[in-house]
Formats: sequence, structure tokens, C-alpha cells
Amino acid sequence: MKSSVITFPGSNCDRDMDVALKKFGFNNKMVWHDDNELPKSDLVVLPGGFSYGDYLRCGSMASKSRIMQSVINFAKSGGLVMGICNGFQILVETGLVPGVLLRNKYLEFICKNVFVKLDNKENAYFKNLNKDVLEFHIAHNEGNYFCTEDQLKEIKDNNQIAIYYCNKEGRIEDRYNPNGSIKNIAGIFNKEKNVLGMMPHPERMIDQSLSGEDGSIFFKNLINNIK
Amino acid sequence: MKVSAIITLKKDVLDPQGKVIHQALDGMGFENISEVRQGKYFEIDVNENDPGKAKAVVEDMCKKLLANLVIENFKIIETQ
Repeated sequence: MKSSVITFPGSNCDRDMDVALKKFGFNNKMVWHDDNELPKSDLVVLPGGFSYGDYLRCGSMASKSRIMQSVINFAKSGGLVMGICNGFQILVETGLVPGVLLRNKYLEFICKNVFVKLDNKENAYFKNLNKDVLEFHIAHNEGNYFCTEDQLKEIKDNNQIAIYYCNKEGRIEDRYNPNGSIKNIAGIFNKEKNVLGMMPHPERMIDQSLSGEDGSIFFKNLINNIK
Repeated sequence: MKVSAIITLKKDVLDPQGKVIHQALDGMGFENISEVRQGKYFEIDVNENDPGKAKAVVEDMCKKLLANLVIENFKIIETQ
């Protein structure tokens, strides 16, 4: 299975993602933001970081970079595109997934493990996953998901909510919401469910010595779903 | 000619930075404030002499990059 990770100026989780994808069997290529064309890929990942120093709005400049037209075309033809953290911010700026990511409610950079509950397994990312609650890591300043009332209705009607912040048992309550996200939303799909944007970092949970294994469960399942 | 664009958050979008600034101003003794909202200001020098055309270019910029229309409004002002 072939994957591509895009490196933007200021990306800093691109190599972590490369390590994670290779560990679980992907033949991964790193792709520079200024390239014109994506290599042949089964999965494209927009990694975390601080592309363009978060200037203007997080992800806004990266969303206009040269490679993104090829990524958008790939997504529109049904290809799997996953944006993690800053990658999620880039995805909302392209319009591939709805909404925006605002500054965290309490103006703090948050760096900690969180639990997320899967809402929908009818997609290539979570199909056949034997857990409903996963422990992932978050590290962000702008992860406060927001959308208009109309967009929220549409997102719900189309089952586009991918994951919610919750507690260990999977209870979705306000007190388990780290950043003020509307409805505890931590990740969103596009309508067709081939594009996934989420704030948590599964690539940081692929080694017991690095805090956990739920990322391993996610990536093993993902490559099996793509095969 | 120079054209300015002011980007402001829409009314129902939470502005935590504005809130903190409000609290700070309140603490400094500026008590007669009901709300503070923070925005962005751009001054763009367009190589165009026709004000209508220059404004149209900046409007296009606002729609495509400078503002995110999900959460922000923009206003264009001819400055020179």
C-alpha cells in the first residue's frame, strides 16, 4: 500500500507520521509542498505542525500551496486524505471538510492524552475496528472546532462526525472537552467519508514506551481496510 | 492605489482573545466597556488607478484568502 506525507514549511510531525506508516506496512513517500503532482498513493496524509508559522490563520497559507491542487483533485476523485492537527486545519481551509478551527476556549496550548469516541465505522478509516474508544494525544492551540448551525445540521444528517472527545468509558460530556469544540467534536469527515480531519495524533501512540498503543490499533486496521 | 480591508469575527463566533483584552482593560480601570472584539487590518497597495477595479481585486483576495467566510466578515475601504 502506497502512502504520501506532505511536508510544508513548518510541518513537524511529518517524520513521525512517516515512521508510523512504515511501521504498519505502508510504502511511504515524503512529498514537498512545492511539487506539482502527488506520486501514486492509496493514502495521502497532511501532517501536524505549524505550517507557515500559523500566519494569517492556521493552515490558510498551506491550503494554497502548489501540491494542494493535486491533493484536492485526489480527494475529489475518492482518494483517502487524512489531515492530523495542522493537517486538519489545512483541510478546513481548502473546504474539503466543513467548519473551522478556532483558538482554544481557554487560550492555552493543550498537550495531553485524551480519549475519543468513534461515531461512525462505515468508512475506510474505522471499519472493523474492535474498539469504540481510543486514547490519542493532542497538542494544539487552535483545535476549537466551530461551524454554523446549518453546517452542523448537515454534518449530523450526513453522519460526518468522526470522533468526539470523551472519557475513558466513552461518555461525551462538556467536562471532557479540552478546547471548547462544538459538540465535543475532535474529527470530521467529508460527505463521502474519504477525507478525515482530526486534531488528535494517532502517530504519537504507536509504542508502549511512548505512551500507548491505540495508534497502532488504528494504523493496523487502516492498512487492512485499504488492502 | 492603497486599499484597506478590515476583517472582523461574525457576531455569534466566540472571541476568547477579545474577552481577555476586555478583562485586562477592565482591570486597568476602563470599566465603561460592554464588549471587545478583535479583528485584522490589511493595507494593500494595488497597481491600479481605478478605485472600483482596485477594490474588486481586494474583495477577491478577501474571499479567497484573507478572510474565512465561515467565521469572518470583511469590509473594504479605499484609503488613497
